[in-house]
Amino acid sequence: MGAIPVEHGLILAGILFSLGLIGVLTRRNIVFVLMSLEVMLNACGLAFIVAGSRWEQADGQIMFVLILTLAAAEVAVGLGLIIQMYRRFQTVDINVLSELKG
Amino acid sequence: MMLLFYLAAFVAVIATVCVIVQTNIVHALIYLILSLLAVAVIFYTLGAPLAAMLEAIVYAGAIMVLFLFVIMMLNLGQNTREQERAWLAGRGWILPALLAAVLLAQLLYVLSGVEGMSAPEQVGVMAVGARLFGPYVLAVELASILLLAGLISAYHLARKPGAEDE
Amino acid sequence: MLDLIWLLPTFPLLGFLILALAEGKLAKGPAGWIGAGSIGLSFVVAALVAVSFLQSGLESHTVPIWMWMSVAGFDPGINLYLDGLSLVMILVITGVGFLIHVYSTGYMADDPDFSRFFCYMNLFVFAMLLLVLGDNLLLLYLGWEGVGLCSYLLIGFWYDDPYNGYAARKAFVVTRVGDTAMAIGLFLLFAQLGTLNIQDMLHAAEAEWAVGSALPAITALLLLGGAVGKSAQLPLQTWLPDAMAGPTPISALIHAATMVTAGVYLIARTHTLFELAPNVQLLVAWVGLITLLMAGFTAMTQNDIKRILAYSTVSQIGYMFLGLGVGAWSGAIFHLMTHAFFKALLFLGAGAVILSLHHEQDIFRMGAKRKQLPVGFLCFLIGGLALTAFPYTSGYFSKDEILIAALEVEGQGLWLWLGGVIGAFFTGIYTFRLFFVVFFGESRGHHDAKEVKGLNIALPLFILMALSLFGGWIPVPLDAVFSHGAEHEEHHISAFMHGVMIALPLFGIAISYLFYGSGILSAEKLMSLPGSRALHRFWNSGWGMDRLYDFLFVNPFLYLARVNAKDIIDAFYDMLAALSRAGHLLIVRTQTGYLRWYVLSMAAGLVALISVGVLL
Repeated sequence: MGAIPVEHGLILAGILFSLGLIGVLTRRNIVFVLMSLEVMLNACGLAFIVAGSRWEQADGQIMFVLILTLAAAEVAVGLGLIIQMYRRFQTVDINVLSELKG
Repeated sequence: MMLLFYLAAFVAVIATVCVIVQTNIVHALIYLILSLLAVAVIFYTLGAPLAAMLEAIVYAGAIMVLFLFVIMMLNLGQNTREQERAWLAGRGWILPALLAAVLLAQLLYVLSGVEGMSAPEQVGVMAVGARLFGPYVLAVELASILLLAGLISAYHLARKPGAEDE
Repeated sequence: MLDLIWLLPTFPLLGFLILALAEGKLAKGPAGWIGAGSIGLSFVVAALVAVSFLQSGLESHTVPIWMWMSVAGFDPGINLYLDGLSLVMILVITGVGFLIHVYSTGYMADDPDFSRFFCYMNLFVFAMLLLVLGDNLLLLYLGWEGVGLCSYLLIGFWYDDPYNGYAARKAFVVTRVGDTAMAIGLFLLFAQLGTLNIQDMLHAAEAEWAVGSALPAITALLLLGGAVGKSAQLPLQTWLPDAMAGPTPISALIHAATMVTAGVYLIARTHTLFELAPNVQLLVAWVGLITLLMAGFTAMTQNDIKRILAYSTVSQIGYMFLGLGVGAWSGAIFHLMTHAFFKALLFLGAGAVILSLHHEQDIFRMGAKRKQLPVGFLCFLIGGLALTAFPYTSGYFSKDEILIAALEVEGQGLWLWLGGVIGAFFTGIYTFRLFFVVFFGESRGHHDAKEVKGLNIALPLFILMALSLFGGWIPVPLDAVFSHGAEHEEHHISAFMHGVMIALPLFGIAISYLFYGSGILSAEKLMSLPGSRALHRFWNSGWGMDRLYDFLFVNPFLYLARVNAKDIIDAFYDMLAALSRAGHLLIVRTQTGYLRWYVLSMAAGLVALISVGVLL
């Protein structure tokens, strides 16, 4: 039962967040974009857990639960949108959704 | 415990890298589940068993199954691999990777000053539940409303167009 | 009885309001009765007023009706002022006006806009009565602009034809030039003398200004500007011939008998000012003389029956101006009255001829119509004789008076007289050229012409014939108005001069008989002389005045308007617009529509934000 430095946990969260960001930025398939987004959200939850563990408080886990709720709702709506988009454009290429071009 | 943490962290990072470079969408999803499970292990090592359970059940379980359903519904499978490969080729990587690297460097720089160790004791389900339905009860209500809204809008959005006419 | 003057303008106003508010839904019968009847009632009132005024022996009588406004010492009232001059004017306006209204009920009987016509006509009579009855210059100006408006409306009465609208606009714009001068004159008078009441103003002017000083000259000049605009004198005469686009009764009422003589009235009304400025008064005489000669030349070359009469009107008003200029105030007003009689007769006669010939206006497509149109023939015979000042017709007395007065002007008198007599000679030629071409010779078209029947057409014509013949015997009660001006003395001129004055118009008649009546001399031969064709064209175009004004004013104005169509000041604002549009185009590039691009910018912003936090 060795204690883990808080720094390491936070660094891990940072790495996961950056990887998720790369995924969001580079993928053109909207399903991948959504998955990368999940990675980023998860990294945020990790950071909360690490902080909660540092001070031995339950609040970190509560925040994680809330983030989880958010992620669930977001995925539900996002996937609904993807289905709708696929029906309309017959593709999952996110670049076709550029009608708001100035 | 420390060893478990570093192992799980290693697995999580590798799995996540695989998620973002994978061309087969189902494989990517499996890697994502792997990554989430690894993070669940990390939660456990950090003394958060409830979070670890929820990560495994809700995230890796329910949400990922949702993804799987949608992927099957869109019939995205082997035939999209070539397309994914084509989309991933080229120099689209460079700028996002650079940006993410800079961001990570900044985070590392900022975090380098943080000190302290994670507590060895577990914060159990009781403690979390007591606080959740104590001072955080409003947040819980809001979260439930959010879920309800997500449910309704997902139902509405995913409907076939013109379904209400039937 | 005198206090009933207010009824005079009231009846036409009521008629106008009824016809206007009925919106043309009235049947033609009632509309005609209202239109003509209101003027008839006015005429009855005018006659009663005239009788009681002459019996009372008053010099003048003012009837206050309403205070218009009262602001810091400026308090023009709506007061009606009656004296000999306005009495003559109201009798002419309501009398001749009534006859023309009666005539119009026959002339316009087939027009679908019958009641609109009478509506405008009544409004016109109302405005004209205000003009001559107003006791201050502001009220006069109100009437002045009112008649201008009616003139515009009635010239463009048949607005379906764009040419009529053009003629109406031209009349409106050209007279506006004069009206502007007149308005400035009113401002100047008020600023200098502190009142716009005509009588007070004239007394003040007499008391404060020396004869020949600058101020009366300037104000008189400005008023003259208004007068030449309204009365179609040089240099603003170009609108009147085009004004013939309106229905013929309009030409008779507005553009011959009443409105165009408003300028003469204005100068007569403010004659004290002109006496204070002898040079301007002399200018009035010369303006009249030159106008009457130019119009005479032009009238000889016209073919349109109404345009001939229009130029003749310009010429006759030139006589009135000549009379005003030489100080024959009552002569000018007398000529105004007789001219109203015989010119109304001629125009109404022309209207009857035109109507009989199915709206034919070219005299060279008529010919030999004296048997078919006996009433028209009689109209033109009597009207023409009066116009050419045939001895003992009405025109003879009035023109005589003016010419004799002209002779008495020191220095230039002989020239003015000579010009006037030559003008009378031209009058004889062009009047009887018209007469002979239309009624004699061989028929050149419309062989089946039938005289228009109807008492409402014939009766006014016969009354006007009588007035044209005997109107010269009507005494005009003007001595009191102009008494303090030139002293009245018996005019003595030599028998030779008198003989010339009588003989020259007759000589003119004889010449046109030779050319057009008997065919002994031929106009075609005259035209074949070298240069005569160009001269004919020049005169026919009214001495090229229209082209001159086009060149001097219209085209430069149009050019400037075209240049400025892209407003120069706008360039600055256009630049602002272009600048913001360029900025917009620059920034809009960031809105690619790609989700990844937005995420990228957010991440870049985050990085930048953290950099700032870290570095500071």
